Amino acid sequence: MCLGIPGRIVAVADEEAMLCVVDVSGVRRTVDVVCVAAPGAPLADLVGAWVLVHVGFAMSVIDEEEAAATLKVLTEIGEAAAEMEALTAGAIAPLASQPAGQE
Amino acid sequence: MRFVDEFRDPALARALVKEIEAISARLERGRDRPFAIMEVCGGHTHAIFRYGLEGLLPDLVEFVHGPGCPVCVLPMGRVDDCVAIAEREEVIFATFGDAMRVPGSRKSLLQAKAEGADVRMVYSPLDALTLATRNPEREVVFFGLGFETTMPSTALTVLRAAREGVENFSLFCNHITIIPTLRALLEQEDFGIDGFIGPGHVSMVIGTEPYRFIADEFKKPLVVAGFEPIDLLQSLLMVLRQIEAGDARIENQYARVVPPHGNPAALKAVAEVYEPRPTFEWRGLGSIAGSGVRLREAFARFDAERRFAVPDVKVADPAQCRCGAVLTGAEKPWACPEFGKGCTPETPLGALMVSSEGSCAAYYQYGGLRGEAA
Ligand code: SF4
Repeated sequence: MCLGIPGRIVAVADEEAMLCVVDVSGVRRTVDVVCVAAPGAPLADLVGAWVLVHVGFAMSVIDEEEAAATLKVLTEIGEAAAEMEALTAGAIAPLASQPAGQE
Repeated sequence: MRFVDEFRDPALARALVKEIEAISARLERGRDRPFAIMEVCGGHTHAIFRYGLEGLLPDLVEFVHGPGCPVCVLPMGRVDDCVAIAEREEVIFATFGDAMRVPGSRKSLLQAKAEGADVRMVYSPLDALTLATRNPEREVVFFGLGFETTMPSTALTVLRAAREGVENFSLFCNHITIIPTLRALLEQEDFGIDGFIGPGHVSMVIGTEPYRFIADEFKKPLVVAGFEPIDLLQSLLMVLRQIEAGDARIENQYARVVPPHGNPAALKAVAEVYEPRPTFEWRGLGSIAGSGVRLREAFARFDAERRFAVPDVKVADPAQCRCGAVLTGAEKPWACPEFGKGCTPETPLGALMVSSEGSCAAYYQYGGLRGEAA
């Protein structure tokens, strides 16, 4: 549960509420980006970035290679499956504020 | 080295193991017990077992698995409090899945749910907040637990609830902090640990500075590590190099994710919402001063402990359980008479058997019942 999982920010969901849409191995959900947003910069700057997502919060910006390596380890130790299961089964509204047709 | 081939860089892994062996050979003289290196993070414990890293090490070096699994250190009395809140008519009790099976003195949350309590497994505290806005006639309580990695997420959720004026959301706060815990371990008289592998994602939040006292006061090395097998081997080597040189410093092997001063936005939210409790009880370790946090007065209306009277009764672990000794690394799981008998992942007696990050579950899964290291 403490490991989190890498995902890629694909859209801004709500600028004022500091929410973005992140794609985690094909599953999308809204995440809080307060911890990775540069103060004063628009959230659009984050689109395309890889982040470490921990219980619905982007906690750190990582590079693509780091993201791939982390996913591989998580898969091998069985944590990726657990994390994805929690994400899909336990998310109340993963797509709640995803803007239509935006990538 | 049967597992090394599947590492990202098998050649590097072999070189690291060789170097570890060489240092160990140099350190051997006059040494009557192995160098015990404690990894504090449950995720590291899991990775060490999965990759069979213990099997790659010379006899003179061993990993000791520390108390870094937040589910594992939750005392029974707190689980009982959760069940008591969850069984209230008006409450929807939202929790991470990991906590569902932790045994309380009467039942786990999973059993309470089977008996009709409205317990919901959620992925994120934000999902619990959504539950609250969608069910205005109910009281939604989120079970907040975890070290500093998870603390920002619940703090930010409370701040969000305050901003949005959500009245029917509260947090049952069971967060614990790593620094007082490490201090308590180090102050134990018979604490035979020679160095630490520091937690990666806790450090991503708090940075590396807070560990300084471990080097300065207790003269032990600590290296913050990533989760790849290579990361762990490299960090272990860095610890051993310090030992050989007679050094005690805080090093950061995981600098690609861990900044020296942590995550400022996360730390700000945590400081705004939480304050240290005078003391907090841990399963198997007893009470540790300053190791838990609670909501500040300004956020009292989001505090489930203030909103619902919780029983708050201390319950001792079953007498035959060795959970405490295993948690501090003093004993291996198979020293516990219940290991693999009364206590298995399907029917856990202690929390160390519940989570995949707990050392009893790890030994059970990967080390078998033979009573030897995996
Ligand atoms: S085997 Fe079970 S009871 Fe024994 S120490 Fe481990 S978790 Fe505790």
